[in-house]
Amino acid sequence: MKLDCRGRRCPLPILDLAKHIGDVAVGDTITVEADDPAARPDIAAWCRMRGHENAGESRAPDGTPAYTVRRLH
Amino acid sequence: MPAYLDAASAAPLHPVARQALLAALEDGWADPGRLYGAGRQARLLLDAARESTAECVGARPDEVSFTASGTQALHAAVLGTLAANRRRGDTFVHTAVEHSAVLHAAEVHVAAGGRAVSIGVDAQARIDVEAFVAAARTGAAAAVQAANHEVGTTQPVADIAAATPDTPLVVDATQTLGHADVPAGWSALAGDARTWGGPPGVGVLAVRTGARWHSPYPADDREAGRIPGAPNVPAVVAAAAALRAVCAERAETAARHGALIDRIRTTVAATVPDVEVLGDPVGRLPHIVTFSCLYVDGEALLTALDKRGFAVSSGSSCTSSTLEPSHVLVAMGALTSGNVRVSLHRGTTEAEVDEFLAVLPGVVAEVRAELGADGL
Repeated sequence: MKLDCRGRRCPLPILDLAKHIGDVAVGDTITVEADDPAARPDIAAWCRMRGHENAGESRAPDGTPAYTVRRLH
Repeated sequence: MPAYLDAASAAPLHPVARQALLAALEDGWADPGRLYGAGRQARLLLDAARESTAECVGARPDEVSFTASGTQALHAAVLGTLAANRRRGDTFVHTAVEHSAVLHAAEVHVAAGGRAVSIGVDAQARIDVEAFVAAARTGAAAAVQAANHEVGTTQPVADIAAATPDTPLVVDATQTLGHADVPAGWSALAGDARTWGGPPGVGVLAVRTGARWHSPYPADDREAGRIPGAPNVPAVVAAAAALRAVCAERAETAARHGALIDRIRTTVAATVPDVEVLGDPVGRLPHIVTFSCLYVDGEALLTALDKRGFAVSSGSSCTSSTLEPSHVLVAMGALTSGNVRVSLHRGTTEAEVDEFLAVLPGVVAEVRAELGADGL
């Protein structure tokens, strides 16, 4: 599952992530495409605080950072 | 009960500073470099301010120069130290959580062909001492702050200096002077009068006798050739008076502040859901604490607190002009959203802190509700 958070400013990307983590099955991933510079540290912190896995960072075809999170519970 | 809780940006003017400023506006307005009566009078006031400041810093009077700000003092400390130590190489070693003034000076050094190495910190902003010492040993110069300006964590400056005795060490003491002991081992040191209740527009640059340092500015004979332009004597006099006063009452203030910050750390963690209280809970400055709240817009939180009369600052990206989150929080791997820094001044009362703590959970809940974050 992919979330398009382009143009969404802190703290909206992690809010979007929190709203949609329940849409994927436990063990599956959700990828947040976000150009806000706070998304990187905040998604990592959200994973730590909520007990999910920060499963890495890549780039969308347009160069936007894409953060993958695995639902653990 | 409104409360000003952003002393780390600028503390309210100390009453002693106000008095000294008014007197020095009468007696210290002339050019201290001139050889007539009014000039000599300004010179006497400036010399006395330098002597008193040096004593509080732990320096000799001729090691101390006054600058226009803490930022200017940091720029001069870094660039002047690097300029004079080219024979040691071109690598500038600094911590990842230095004040932006140090990082911007490093950018100037890199743009001129030099190299900069940033040493990381742990989740509580404590630097990796081993890595720092290893890099600093072979570096041209190194910079480590006495304590972090956003989260209050102190760094083991004296240990680092002892482990790298040959490397010139720039120490940012801008949040430490007047609040805690200034660590030993610096070759250049920077301070900022706003943080101890002096007037804005005065910084302190101290350069150790024998330490290599060349002015990065066009030549000027003011301030021992270190800082160009005639100093603002009345403001310098007021800053020195405030520093002397806060140093004299420091033990009592630090004990009071330390207990209030402990109370803030404990209460915020207990009463605000989904909050991270940041920084070293023990190895820290007595008067600063920072916390971050999940699903909170930092700007909205500051505005909501301001409406209730509470002045605090934030490292959240939405509160910065560049829309970048604080590099300190990023280096710590900390949550950057809903970030609040609370910093106390000598006049901060227990009642003000308690009122802030009483209001905060409701304000955070209100800002979260506006974002539709309830139940997430």
